[in-house]
Amino acid sequence: MGKLSKLPKLYLAFVFIILYTPIFYLLYYSFNSGGTMSGFESFTFEHYAAVFEDTRLIMILINTIVVALLSALVSTAIGVLGAVTITFIRKKALRNAILSMNNILIVSPDVIIGASFLILFTLVGVKLGFASVLISHIAFSIPIVVIMVLPKLQEMSPSLIDAAIDLGASRRDVLTRVIIPFIKPGIFAGFFLALTYSLDDFAVTFFVTGNGFSTLSVEIYSMARAGVTLTINALSGLIFIVTLLLVFGYYAINRKSKNPFSGVRK
Amino acid sequence: MKDIIRVSVVILAVSAILIFINAKLANTGGASGKNSITVFNWGEYLDPALLKQFEEETGIKVIYETFDSNEAMMTKIEQGGTTYDIAVPSEYAIEKMKESDLLIPIDKAKLPNLKNIDPYFLDLAFDPENKFSIPYFWGTLGIAYNPELLDGQTFESWEDLWDPSLEQEVVLVDSAREVIGMGLNALGYSLNSTNISELEEAADKLRTLQPNIKAIIGDEITQLMVNGEAAVALTWSGQAADMMWDNEDIDYAVPEEGSNLWFDNMVIPRTAKNIDGAHAFINFMLDAEIAAQNADYVGYSTPNLAALDFMDPEVIQDERYYPDEEARNHLEVYKNLGLEMLGTYNELFLGLKMDLQ
Amino acid sequence: MNAKPTRFLSFVPYAAWIVLFVIAPIALITYYSFFDLAGNFTLENYRNFFTSIYFKLIVNSFWYAFLITFFSLLFAYPTAYFLTKTKHKQLWLLLIIIPSWINLLLKTYAFIGLFGLYGPINAFLEMAGIGQHQLLFTDFSFVFVAVYIFIPFMILPIFNSLDKLNPALIDAAQDLGANAWTTFSRVTLPLTMNGVKSGIQVVFIPALSLFMITRLIAGNKVITLGTAIEQQFLVAQNWGMGSTIAVFLILFMFIIMLFTSGSEKGAAGSGKIK
Repeated sequence: MGKLSKLPKLYLAFVFIILYTPIFYLLYYSFNSGGTMSGFESFTFEHYAAVFEDTRLIMILINTIVVALLSALVSTAIGVLGAVTITFIRKKALRNAILSMNNILIVSPDVIIGASFLILFTLVGVKLGFASVLISHIAFSIPIVVIMVLPKLQEMSPSLIDAAIDLGASRRDVLTRVIIPFIKPGIFAGFFLALTYSLDDFAVTFFVTGNGFSTLSVEIYSMARAGVTLTINALSGLIFIVTLLLVFGYYAINRKSKNPFSGVRK
Repeated sequence: MKDIIRVSVVILAVSAILIFINAKLANTGGASGKNSITVFNWGEYLDPALLKQFEEETGIKVIYETFDSNEAMMTKIEQGGTTYDIAVPSEYAIEKMKESDLLIPIDKAKLPNLKNIDPYFLDLAFDPENKFSIPYFWGTLGIAYNPELLDGQTFESWEDLWDPSLEQEVVLVDSAREVIGMGLNALGYSLNSTNISELEEAADKLRTLQPNIKAIIGDEITQLMVNGEAAVALTWSGQAADMMWDNEDIDYAVPEEGSNLWFDNMVIPRTAKNIDGAHAFINFMLDAEIAAQNADYVGYSTPNLAALDFMDPEVIQDERYYPDEEARNHLEVYKNLGLEMLGTYNELFLGLKMDLQ
Repeated sequence: MNAKPTRFLSFVPYAAWIVLFVIAPIALITYYSFFDLAGNFTLENYRNFFTSIYFKLIVNSFWYAFLITFFSLLFAYPTAYFLTKTKHKQLWLLLIIIPSWINLLLKTYAFIGLFGLYGPINAFLEMAGIGQHQLLFTDFSFVFVAVYIFIPFMILPIFNSLDKLNPALIDAAQDLGANAWTTFSRVTLPLTMNGVKSGIQVVFIPALSLFMITRLIAGNKVITLGTAIEQQFLVAQNWGMGSTIAVFLILFMFIIMLFTSGSEKGAAGSGKIK
């Protein structure tokens, strides 16, 4: 592959600057002794100290991460299997019907999803808390995984599977040795966007949570009336930096072995 | 396939470790989990240090959950599946919750500290004899403005908002009762009006305000005013106090035609499991020193008369935070107008917003 | 492949999800849409929907969803394209997603500050001699922030379809004398259509029901169906009317799906088992 010339490099730099500007803005004010996101007074670490003193906030953060990781993992598994089966459906009308159903949760505003899940859970008698939040997050993340995986599946040439079957591969083998390696970039894309969905969700979580279980988003939104504190900025800054470190660290370790995204090219 | 399995195993392991850490953290929280209450409140609406103090004094563990609107809170309590022992709704929501039978009556014998509350805030129309609710914070609706940006202009009347010099300067709060209520007040009607022709007149009046409207937003008003981004805002006294805390130029006034007087009260929802614990909590919050500390932290006006002795005299003498009784008599408390009427208010408001574009 | 019953075993969780979390809620919403505030059966909500106010909301929602999707695609495609050419492309791609993990409300607050009259962008404009401008509460800032939120969702699928592209095909096109544009429009673009379509779906569909930033960034000067539903549910507590609007939103989505799937057959490389 050819190296990037100057113009594309500039363009990418521009995109990254825009993507990260709001985050650096938040970071900048996390050091503000003034207490608000305007009028920087003087440099302080007090908001970072406040994060570590607030056990409740740390527990909420851990809840948030656990729900995000587990829901993304499970929804990716369910979504991938679902997408694979969908591509095997021969009737176009049926396939389209299922795909439309798949997208219903994406188009529905969060309040509606939240309220209807709440009714569902109370009807069935699920105790509101960790389990109900996790199930809901899995539920609303599945469609995004399906949409991310489908194009990869559609690109797969049928002859690949036929060849595998001719060579005596079982159905299981076809799935794990042929299909999944081929669609791996789609799987990772689905996983990461499912993480995004989970971390960003406020309304659904609010409705289906209970018994002391809370996530960061619920906490932040309900602070709006009396003012979001800079402790939250500091916490976000920490999350951001730790995430970056993890990504770079993971990448550095893995670089020699294998790329997480790359498909079957090698 | 191998790396997918590896990633999955790592995720499961990390989650397991995190869940373990959380379980550890939960146990170090002082009081044991047996005797606990769940408090459902607005975010940043209670000094967290007080929760710790309450746990230490009573041995009752506090689980603290937050909500961002009265309506969302009511939906959760109505649907059940949760055990909230304390909630802090606004007055109109209390009326609605009473009607829907969502509240447990309060046993005043268990609240010796109730004597601290200013009698003015007791026995109000939305909850006669305070059968179901105990005052927590209160305030008014008015105009926050920044004279620095307005050549010293001041606001005594709602009519002042219509001043042509304020083109694209006024920010309104995104709430139907407040905005339509302002229109009604400006015309001299009651903000609890259910008279359709009065309401339409108010909407027409507000339509003429359009050139001056910069935006209709929510809690972000605070940030905009503090930044000097907006010069005039229709907002609640509590938020105005937040603004003034961060930007000394800002001032706040309640127009002379009258406005809204609001209350957030503590209630015990039907879903409560630990009713004794809930009473203990309410009584704790009614303590003069505790209420003073909480008011200092939150920055809203406390209805606790005894608490005022423990507060900065400059704050409690400030007419903007603590208007005297005469000023308060111009104010009206929201009545629950019923869902049908609320729908009408909302339709009118939606129409106004549509015309804004 | 022969149709053994075990073939659909792996489909069970997905099917269960559809029944429990798609069909059940939809049934619930449809049911609610036939009731008024007093709990009586009525068609009034549907009649209300066909008033001018909602018609305007629909037009608004579609127009802004279109704008948001268009600009997302416009900026996402080159980004994805150039990303596939970078050395550590996987790392760069992850760096595109990471900002979306920071809380949206916080980022929106940051935008309020950035776009503010005294914010850094206006300071820059001033310095550049363009002068101060009201950026907040305009269509521009609304579309900008919406594109900001959605762009990772557009970049990812496009990146994936570009990344897989067989470079031999492009070489072949160039060998046959095609110029850069022809190569792109005749070879690259058609081969990445599936990714583009995925991207459009995950941007356009949720953009129809955007609500929070219509208030925070557009100051309610942009109102969409999402705003109306939000308000019916949370403020007016008229679940019947809120559900009715939601039913229509879902219908619109079905119609969009119908249209976009029409061309699927012709798309190159859609390898379905025949």
